[in-house]
Amino acid sequence: MTELALIIVSTVFVNNVIFSRFLGLCPYFGVSKKLDTALGMSMAVVFVLTLAGTITYVVQTYLLVPFHIEYLQTIAFILVIAALVQLVEIVMKKVAPALYRSLGIFLPLITTNCAILGISILAVQNKYDLIETIVFSFGSALGFGLALIIFSSIREVLETRQIPRAFSGTPIAMIVAGILAMAFVGFSGIVK
Amino acid sequence: MDTKKKFLSSLFSENPVTGLMLGLCPTLATTTSAENGLGMGLAATFVLVASNVVISSLRHLIPNRVRIPAFIVIIATFVTLVDMGMEATFYDLHKTLGLFIPLIVVNCIILGRAEAFASKNPVWHSFLDGLFMGLGFTFSLFILGSLREILGSGSWLGMRLVPQSWNTILVFVLAPGAFLTLAFIFIGMNKISKLVEGDKR
Repeated sequence: MTELALIIVSTVFVNNVIFSRFLGLCPYFGVSKKLDTALGMSMAVVFVLTLAGTITYVVQTYLLVPFHIEYLQTIAFILVIAALVQLVEIVMKKVAPALYRSLGIFLPLITTNCAILGISILAVQNKYDLIETIVFSFGSALGFGLALIIFSSIREVLETRQIPRAFSGTPIAMIVAGILAMAFVGFSGIVK
Repeated sequence: MDTKKKFLSSLFSENPVTGLMLGLCPTLATTTSAENGLGMGLAATFVLVASNVVISSLRHLIPNRVRIPAFIVIIATFVTLVDMGMEATFYDLHKTLGLFIPLIVVNCIILGRAEAFASKNPVWHSFLDGLFMGLGFTFSLFILGSLREILGSGSWLGMRLVPQSWNTILVFVLAPGAFLTLAFIFIGMNKISKLVEGDKR
């Protein structure tokens, strides 16, 4: 149990996906202009990343390792993730149309989110078992959500402020991200 | 196609990183030194050129409806080649870049060029497009890596620029420095691209 709690703390704060691993930056800068869309994106990522982590673990342990084709990992994982996103979209449309309406537009974007592939590969590299992989993927997705929600709240406020012209738009967003990253550096060393 | 103009625009106004904001993850993660930035940039350039050429020569054979999965498989093939090739030849560099070599597969620059350019244009033009875009990417990674290495560890391409005893600004090789340096590069590149190519916007 302590092991799993440590994995959660480590993935949400210490090794935050955005601020320390630099994964999933495109959606981080792309959909962070409004808090609503940021919330939608975070929920979609939590959902897909946890599923993807679990399924890629199964693919790795029961397909790639027994047949000694680990070098096909990149190709196999990206295909699994692309298929999974499509499947989630179709199933969600049928089973939970309300959820689909709020998360739907974010799902296709997730295939190109490198956090999904990155976390799946990292879980394999760290030699986690099934439960640890699920917790690791879930925690990483939570960390992504936390970073995205804080960042989009700040950006909403920045919209109404006077910013020097050279800094407006992307540069000020980068600087905000840099300052947030400094705050997250403070967590380093708490758990490995 | 005006080659010289295209080359200039891929370095400045249409630079994948500073102009189009694509491929930010490897840009920020692998530029702790100029050498790492260069290595990452060249690896991505190779994949970009190779996948552009193959996709462009197969563009009449790939059915329109399954083109995205087909592109991804082609790109993933070359990424696996680069991954194994680098592990055999540049072992240390491969170890530092680590996770970000397989992640070239989800780099939006590569799929973006495949979809926007290579799937519609002849092989030679796609080759040039891949090469120029790749060099533009390498260029910004190299600049970012150089700045961070000089400020953060007081050296450039492994050569020491300041005496050992001096304190360097360590934060620039850590995560926050990546964001801060890139912010200032964005500002600088906007100005430069306006100067080099004339103010179009």
